[in-house]
Amino acid sequence: MSNDKVITADRLTKKFGGFTAVDTISFDVYKGEIFGFLGANGAGKTTAMKMLSGLSKPTAGTASVAGFDVYRENEMIKKNIGYMSQKFSLYEDLTVKENIRFYAGIYGMTNKFIKEKSGLILKELHLDSEADRLVKSLPLGWKQKLAFSVAIFHEPQIVFLDEPTGGVDPVTRREFWSMIYQAAASGITVFVTTHYMDEAEYCNRVSIMVDGRIDALDTPQQLKKSFNAVSMDEVFLKLARKAIRTAD
Amino acid sequence: MKQFRAFVKKEFHHILRDKRTLFILLGMPVMQIIIFGFALTNEVKNSKIAVLDNSRDAATSSLISEIEASRYFDIERNIYSYNDIEQTFKAGRIKLALVFPQNFGEDLQHFNKAHVQIVADASDPNVASTLTNYASAIIMDYQDRITHDRHLPYTINTEMRMLYNPQLRGAYNFVPGVMAMVLMLVCTLMTAITVVREKEMGTMEVLLASPIQPMKIIIAKAVPYLLLSVVNVASILLLSVFVLNVPVNGSLILLSFESILFTLTCLAFGLLISSSTDSQQTAMFISLTGMFLPTIMLSGFMFPIENMPLPLQVISNLVPAKWYYLIVKDVMIKGVGIESIWKETFILAGMMFFLLAMAIKKFKIRLA
Repeated sequence: MSNDKVITADRLTKKFGGFTAVDTISFDVYKGEIFGFLGANGAGKTTAMKMLSGLSKPTAGTASVAGFDVYRENEMIKKNIGYMSQKFSLYEDLTVKENIRFYAGIYGMTNKFIKEKSGLILKELHLDSEADRLVKSLPLGWKQKLAFSVAIFHEPQIVFLDEPTGGVDPVTRREFWSMIYQAAASGITVFVTTHYMDEAEYCNRVSIMVDGRIDALDTPQQLKKSFNAVSMDEVFLKLARKAIRTAD
Repeated sequence: MKQFRAFVKKEFHHILRDKRTLFILLGMPVMQIIIFGFALTNEVKNSKIAVLDNSRDAATSSLISEIEASRYFDIERNIYSYNDIEQTFKAGRIKLALVFPQNFGEDLQHFNKAHVQIVADASDPNVASTLTNYASAIIMDYQDRITHDRHLPYTINTEMRMLYNPQLRGAYNFVPGVMAMVLMLVCTLMTAITVVREKEMGTMEVLLASPIQPMKIIIAKAVPYLLLSVVNVASILLLSVFVLNVPVNGSLILLSFESILFTLTCLAFGLLISSSTDSQQTAMFISLTGMFLPTIMLSGFMFPIENMPLPLQVISNLVPAKWYYLIVKDVMIKGVGIESIWKETFILAGMMFFLLAMAIKKFKIRLA
């Protein structure tokens, strides 16, 4: 972790008609950091993430991601980030290799790069003998790990993970997090939303959104201390109880 | 360009991997041509008939043998009393009975006038009227021949010529219809489904977060189906020329151009559907009711538009398939050039641009 800011958000706001989904949030994320983005359903996490990943234009405020402005340079942002959605995002009817080639292809990677790198990650995932198998025949845990490898295949500055471990068993979740640590160690900033409070403990810093605002932002240790709580779960409950808005 | 190639390649993987759907998409036109060409024909051939010949003279026997010689009729049996006619009809063995009265030949010789009764099973009215027409035509023919050398004063002979399709073959009608139907199904339904599937699976989100432009996604999705349509049009035309003997009288280039125009219209409609729905089922339902049913009902292929009530005639103008059907019929069967169909072409192109603009607008709204 260094002191270079890769994401800065300043009073970022998104309104849909009269409804304020994201309400003047401000924060910085540093290079190589694992930044946890927490909040109950409907708190505005996904909307905030969409603005930062160039999918949606903010109503007010400023933000830059990987050094690019979210209003004007969203095409450049897209080139420099990776994205993995909560829904599983590989193609089931394509083989492991075809999925990798496709996603690397739409990020404009060269054939040589794709060949070398895919050999490498298949070996790391112990999938080299399964390269020609259809993704639908793989166990969910492997799919999830493969999806993460695909999301960071083009070596982005930042990877956005939207509830990446939903429905995955504890063992795979642990393996998944060790992959996240590895990515962070190699300098990729990880911006992750999750519902699992034990995962929040793994993050370098955590922000908690309530009703579109960021109500708390600090390291897990510091948060527990200031909220006088034994776990992140307790911190989250104390904050989320104040929410007026209910999920969708 | 590299992104685009990767995307098109992926689309081909999807299509080629789903063997069952591919088989249906490529096999469907072949099946339809064969079914329409050989099974569902409204021409009546080899109908079984019965003959009650009370006269048994030279005239009746030569007339009967002429009827038997035609490909429309097979004489199932001879019957000998008037009462047997109904029996035979009820047994369901015949479609038509011919009754010659006594002294048929003599009456014809001496009074220049004789009667034949044609009894038809009108429980199927279309078949009955077709068969009675065929039978009277054969009888008229015979009469013409025997009166040939006698000069009857003041006779008016109507002579009919069926232009473009002298044998009144159904194939001339349904080949253009099948083309419209198949293109519609492949392009509208399949494009709608393939885009909506990405939304359902959550991959669309990932694609939109990637640097590939939405426009490229849309075009890349359409390319494989455009190719598939070209294959389908080619297979339909080959079958119709070599199996059904329906010629392509007009320019093949013009026909291909018009087919591509119609394909693009269908693709645009499919994209419009896909950007207004979120589930494959809804997309399928809208494509079938919004496009496929009107194509069958209102394009003029199954039911003549002239016979429809006025409101339906007006609505039929909104169905792209109607215009394509008219164009294909004109080019294939009548052999006309662009100068006679520019109006239809213009309407079709207008529909295409309208649908495409709507589809792109909708797609952009979703992104904002």
